[in-house]
Amino acid sequence: MTDNVTPAPAIEGEAKQLFEITGDGTTVAPKRAYRKRSTRARTVRYSASKLGLTMFTASMALIFLLPLLYMVLTSFKDSTQITALNAPLWPAMPEKYTAADGTAYVLYQVPMADGTTASLALEKPGRVQSTFIDPKDGSEVIWKGNWRALSSVWAFAPKWDNFSDVLKVLNFPMLLRNTLIVAVFGTIGAVGSAVIVAFGFARFRIPYKNGMFMILIMTIMLPFQVLLIPQYIAFRAMGWTGTWLPLIVPAYFANAYNVFLLRQYFLTLPRELDEAAQLDGANPLRILWSVIVPQAWPAIIAVSLFHFFFTWNDFFGPLVYLSAHPELATMTVGLQAFSATYGNANNGTLTQAGSLMAMILPVVVFFVAQRVFMRGVVISGVEK
Amino acid sequence: MVIVEDKESVHAPPQRRMSLVRRETLWGLAFLSPWLFGLVVFTALPIVASLALSFTNFNILHPEDLRFVGIDNYARMWSELLNNGAVGSSLGVTARFALMSVPLMIALALGLALLLNQKLLAGKPVFRTLFFMPVQIPLVASTIVWQGFLNGSTGWLAQILHGLGLPSPDWFADPAWALQALVLMGIWGVGNMMLIFLAGLQGVPTELYEAVKVDGGGAWARFRHVTLPMISPVLFYNILISIIGVSQYFTQAYVIDPLGRGNPGGSTFFYNMNLYKEGWSYNNMGYASALAWLMMIIVVVAALVLFRTSARWVFYAGGER
Repeated sequence: MTDNVTPAPAIEGEAKQLFEITGDGTTVAPKRAYRKRSTRARTVRYSASKLGLTMFTASMALIFLLPLLYMVLTSFKDSTQITALNAPLWPAMPEKYTAADGTAYVLYQVPMADGTTASLALEKPGRVQSTFIDPKDGSEVIWKGNWRALSSVWAFAPKWDNFSDVLKVLNFPMLLRNTLIVAVFGTIGAVGSAVIVAFGFARFRIPYKNGMFMILIMTIMLPFQVLLIPQYIAFRAMGWTGTWLPLIVPAYFANAYNVFLLRQYFLTLPRELDEAAQLDGANPLRILWSVIVPQAWPAIIAVSLFHFFFTWNDFFGPLVYLSAHPELATMTVGLQAFSATYGNANNGTLTQAGSLMAMILPVVVFFVAQRVFMRGVVISGVEK
Repeated sequence: MVIVEDKESVHAPPQRRMSLVRRETLWGLAFLSPWLFGLVVFTALPIVASLALSFTNFNILHPEDLRFVGIDNYARMWSELLNNGAVGSSLGVTARFALMSVPLMIALALGLALLLNQKLLAGKPVFRTLFFMPVQIPLVASTIVWQGFLNGSTGWLAQILHGLGLPSPDWFADPAWALQALVLMGIWGVGNMMLIFLAGLQGVPTELYEAVKVDGGGAWARFRHVTLPMISPVLFYNILISIIGVSQYFTQAYVIDPLGRGNPGGSTFFYNMNLYKEGWSYNNMGYASALAWLMMIIVVVAALVLFRTSARWVFYAGGER
């Protein structure tokens, strides 16, 4: 794609001068020594631009993921650190000094008369002068100036309590259980039905099959709003609102995206095995189960993951169908309600901890199975 | 003997072969049936029903009052559009968001894809994974993260800007900046389009670049005359997908203002916030259906316009598709 291997014009020019023109007009290769040097110059230049480009991309990625770093660090902080002056970026607490009588004093970085800075414990704060204790020998030091302008001595102290607080307030175990139930039962249906339908599209001659496949593709792009209200009315009439059924049952009727993905995969499988099984008298169901499915595990795992994480991420469905039943809420709805109530409490440390807990599973699974996720995007985007 | 056998196999089978074809069709339809059933029950019927509902005053709490109201719902939308009522302002917010977000996202996704397609870049799979990763984070969680990150006093962006001696808006708390904050937040979703562009770029034949080089063209000529035409189908797909994405924008705005007013100052009152409010807060499902249909019509028109203009700028290397 790029012409990185081509030497820069300057080197080319130099090289030309060193070519010897022979009597008959043909050029002779330059001396070995020179050629070596030119290659080395080229290699250096190549490595330098390689390093530069990689560093540039790395810093872009760092900026891109900075909010994530903010979340992780904030979720381990004490709420007082968020608004404290000169607080470090990492989770920390002001260090304390315990005097002989057992009282704890906060340590401050105090600029001394001789230009050095000493860590002193604040004993009697005052507006114009304060009394400090030197932790080294326990002696009192009088310091003139406003102690509020001083910064504390911060020591690394991740606050794990944020997570146990969230666990309680957010009722994380309940949300996790609800989400897992909806996700697992939905995924079984989504994968089973998509495998069956994709097999139909991939292996059978059916009249109007191409037309039906076009309709399938079009439904992927259909705005969900137009389907939502009648579906809601129908599920309500059936008494399914306030249950998980509206979130699970539709998955059993083959999602277009999953069918598309699986069909593309099935088409790449050799037909010979199907035909051999057919000659042995296997019916199509048996062929699907014993011949196609064992060959299609990568695609089946991909579709399972997609549906699982679709459920994990889904917000509108649980919002409208479970609105009056917080005990059935899934992770996203619970997290949103939590943020609506406690958004600014503790300066956001708890909501950041909650977000971290809600995303940890999808992010870890993504890193484990990243190829599967990214290939799915490419297949749906390019091959359609 | 041989001839007789042949005759038999030609004569007898017509019926058997017919039945084989029929058997195959029946099996095939049986396999398609879950989808066909779902298509009718969860897609076709709802579309027809929502169109029918959009001409009624259906209120889900008072279904007995159901009445055909003609085009009243559409007339109300029209007047709310003209006097900048809920429909007008929510469409305005959505359109402003689309105008800022779609070009930014396309440019960013293409830029990143070009960067990650450089031969010189080391560790490509790592970067691809990192830039795609936020797509996998649940939207509710990522919105909360950005709310904190963009906080006007304690958020990191404000602190970075202040550290550089620059002023920082109060993002989500400022009606003039909340929408831009959502646009900024949207860049975490760039991974999808980036991967699709990347796949498109990898499909460009290298001979074409060499041809430009022979003609003395530089990097810009390569991009303008080879890369861009060759990836135009992918560009087209990405634009279409991002328009549909904007038309469905809801979760992030709802997390920013759970009361559904699109605060601050209605600046994040997206079209679907209005639809949700009418349908689920006021139970006006008839009117909400009309709102859904208006959005569907807008998306279809936008898609048609895109398709019509595509003949001029989308280049299919394989000829007609």
